[in-house]
Amino acid sequence: MATQIELRNIEKSFGDHQVLNQINLEIEEDEFLTILGPSGCGKTTILRLIGGFETPDSGEVIFDDKDITQVPAYLRPVNTLFQKYSLFPHLNVYDNVAFGLRIKKVPEAEIKPRVDEMLGLVNLKGFEKRWVDSLSGGQQQRIAMARALINRPEVLLLDEPLGALDLKLRKDMQVELKRIQRELGITFVFVTHDQEEALTLSDRIIVLNEGIIQQIGSPLDIYNEPINAFVADFIGESNILEGIMHKNYDVSFSGKHFVCVDEDFYPNEAVDVVIRPEDVEIVSVEKGTLQGEVLSCLFMGVHYEMRIATSAEIYLVHSTIPRSIGEPVGLCVEPDNIHIMRKGEVEGDEEL
Amino acid sequence: MRSFKKAATPYFIWALLFIVISLLMVLYYAFTGESGNFSTENFVRFFAGSSLGTLWRSLKIAFFTTLICLVVGYPLAYAISRLEARYRTLAIMLIMVPMWMNFLLRTYAWVTILSKNGVINSFLRYIGAAELDLLYREGAVILGMVYNFLPFMVLPIFTVIDKMDEGLIEAAADLGCNKLMTFIKVIFPLSLPGVASGISMVFIPAISTFEITTLLGGNKTNLIGNVIEQQFTVTGDWHYGSAMSVVLMVFLLFSLIFTRGEDEMGTGSVTSTAEVDRE
Repeated sequence: MATQIELRNIEKSFGDHQVLNQINLEIEEDEFLTILGPSGCGKTTILRLIGGFETPDSGEVIFDDKDITQVPAYLRPVNTLFQKYSLFPHLNVYDNVAFGLRIKKVPEAEIKPRVDEMLGLVNLKGFEKRWVDSLSGGQQQRIAMARALINRPEVLLLDEPLGALDLKLRKDMQVELKRIQRELGITFVFVTHDQEEALTLSDRIIVLNEGIIQQIGSPLDIYNEPINAFVADFIGESNILEGIMHKNYDVSFSGKHFVCVDEDFYPNEAVDVVIRPEDVEIVSVEKGTLQGEVLSCLFMGVHYEMRIATSAEIYLVHSTIPRSIGEPVGLCVEPDNIHIMRKGEVEGDEEL
Repeated sequence: MRSFKKAATPYFIWALLFIVISLLMVLYYAFTGESGNFSTENFVRFFAGSSLGTLWRSLKIAFFTTLICLVVGYPLAYAISRLEARYRTLAIMLIMVPMWMNFLLRTYAWVTILSKNGVINSFLRYIGAAELDLLYREGAVILGMVYNFLPFMVLPIFTVIDKMDEGLIEAAADLGCNKLMTFIKVIFPLSLPGVASGISMVFIPAISTFEITTLLGGNKTNLIGNVIEQQFTVTGDWHYGSAMSVVLMVFLLFSLIFTRGEDEMGTGSVTSTAEVDRE
């Protein structure tokens, strides 16, 4: 795999508000890359920089080794799937999909089969003559996709395209997106605030917060080895605890010492300890490292979500066996499942 | 809801008195003769007589006025909508403020500019050039109409372009449109509802005005509005005047149906885009 798009030292401010801070990032050819972060973190701005709708205050956007920072949007070999679809209301479905090819002066005889092919790809054959207003949100989304993909872009930028759809439709569209990306074999850069969506679809995820890249990695890496408390909290639910790293493999939190697998910290360094709710085991009171009392127990479908109060904190615990409220229990965590994080560490810090 | 309906009662009375009844009175006068008998002679007289030529000239002048307003107003509206927010408000204010002044006063101002001893001719005399005969010609009438009605073209077009979803313009750029192509393929077609209402808002007053023609056209370029006015104020033939009004109304009705058809198609799509936005 080769690097297709590269962002180098990108800075961007709107007024006094710095949106992107020293963004360095490489996008590989044909990968499904997700930029994940809470709203206002700057993820859409990154997408707009690649699409050509914004120019950075400083830094470069490189595409196939060429600097395209100042190239206007209409000359870039990328297409965007807009959050609001932005279909042209004065054109019917066929004319919407054919729009890009007509601008490029492709002969009508060639446009027809390509529109057919695209409508087939998004499962909307027979909708050619419909007005876009008469389509449902999901259908508009597919037409927007067909309209973008008919231009055979090298990269498709997707700006929270599933945000406006209901849960069922969103799940279906996720499967569709993945299928289309695999069939066409082009690069997808996908922006979302939905961590589940990111974990399901992506080859790689970039976690962004307040204009700073927190972590870059595969979904598995990011889920299992979050670099800091923000990532851990944002990717799935977590118990985040204040802890002290006394020495290698010895951490204390909630007033108890635990064995862990981390090393190379300063002696007695204050750290964030992250434990996934499914990694907290409920045992009998005597066997537990920590003792607590069940505060609540909610049925979530596959598992039960319990809040268990110890003397210092409230733990979030997932288990398939429900406990009754008020029941005293013991809690243990395997050393493997205790994740120790330097406070405020982000991607690239270790290299410095 | 009930109280709302009650609150509308004064309006219904007003509408009944001043719209429905007066319209029926015009129709009554139009279809009756001096003695009050039913007759179509007023219409026969109109379509046989010289007034038909006046109607034709009025249509022509209204058409050119509308065309000039469109050619000048569209680029102006477009340019204003592209301004930064604070300058945009200022520009719209500059267009609106003259409209707060009395319409006759504004038209009188043109008399002092165009007349034999007016501003332009004084200047021409000063630099030793030949004087121009500007006032009391068709050109002066069209100028006065364009001046008075231009805001009615600019404002609806501006409103449509200003409200246009920025996302559509970005989508066009994304699909390979440069600025000119974006305008031709997206902005212009989507602004047509504004153009349609601008056209009807200029054309209708332009065809029926009589004040501007009286002030700037003298008695040389009488238009249908003047002829109708004279029937009521000078000749006193209410029956013939009403018949001419009815003919004019039918004309306007046609032009309204035409623009409304355009409008419904256009606004329909613009509204639903707005709905998508809200989602």
